[in-house]
Amino acid sequence: MENFTPYSALIGGCLIGLSAALLLFFNGRVAGISGIIVDSFSAEIENRYWRAFFLIGLMFSAAIVNTFFPVVPVTYSRNILLVIVSGILVGYGTRLGNGCTSGHAVCGLARFSLRSAVATITFMSTAILTSYIMRHILEY
Amino acid sequence: MTKNIVALICGILFGLGLTISQMSNPDKVLAFLDIAGNWDLSLMLVMFSALTTLSVAQYFILKRQKPVCDSQFYLPKKGNIIEVRLILGAVFFGVGWGLVGYCPGSALAALSDGKREPFIFTIALGIGMMLFSRFHNKK
Repeated sequence: MENFTPYSALIGGCLIGLSAALLLFFNGRVAGISGIIVDSFSAEIENRYWRAFFLIGLMFSAAIVNTFFPVVPVTYSRNILLVIVSGILVGYGTRLGNGCTSGHAVCGLARFSLRSAVATITFMSTAILTSYIMRHILEY
Repeated sequence: MTKNIVALICGILFGLGLTISQMSNPDKVLAFLDIAGNWDLSLMLVMFSALTTLSVAQYFILKRQKPVCDSQFYLPKKGNIIEVRLILGAVFFGVGWGLVGYCPGSALAALSDGKREPFIFTIALGIGMMLFSRFHNKK
């Protein structure tokens, strides 16, 4: 547990919750990232703009933090084929299941949605199982 | 226009949240998922704190008839129907997430590192989403 970072986790989570609350308060929209990505390409034109702005803001602020206040250097040494397979699974799965971490595990659970609770428990347990198999059985 | 500015600010806050909490760091995510190893439960706190903030705020927000800049709240329908599709989608997502440690938001945030890996992940993510549209919209 030496990598435990409770304060930055709590502050960061609070900002994510605040972002989702403001988006709901002003625009009446849910901050589900996978949905925002898809609809920024496929919604009616006038409904694409706010989504594009949201995504630009997300990438921009992350760029600022990562450039000027890099917290921890990330190791980028994963197998590229694995990264591709993972990306396709995440893209396809979030569409099929109507949401990702933000949409189901944050916004959905905050509304006490049964569907989101089922989805969250399912993807959490499969993710834990997958990482267990990768790390402790295949020893990747 | 106001809606776009609001969305921009929300995106900025979301990106800050992801990076400060290190949710955008796949190493950190994998350490969280690895409950049998050197478990780092920080990301549980991220979720807990995001959930608490949002559900308290939402309690007051949804007492309003409508949001400030729009005529209605666009909330997903609150059904209690659990289809195979929902579970299967969550399984695919969970396997993908557990393999490498990126979810859609964290990949976008990590893009700014300028490294190859999040970039390739994001392209693959887009391909996965397009494959879905191709298979499901034609039926």
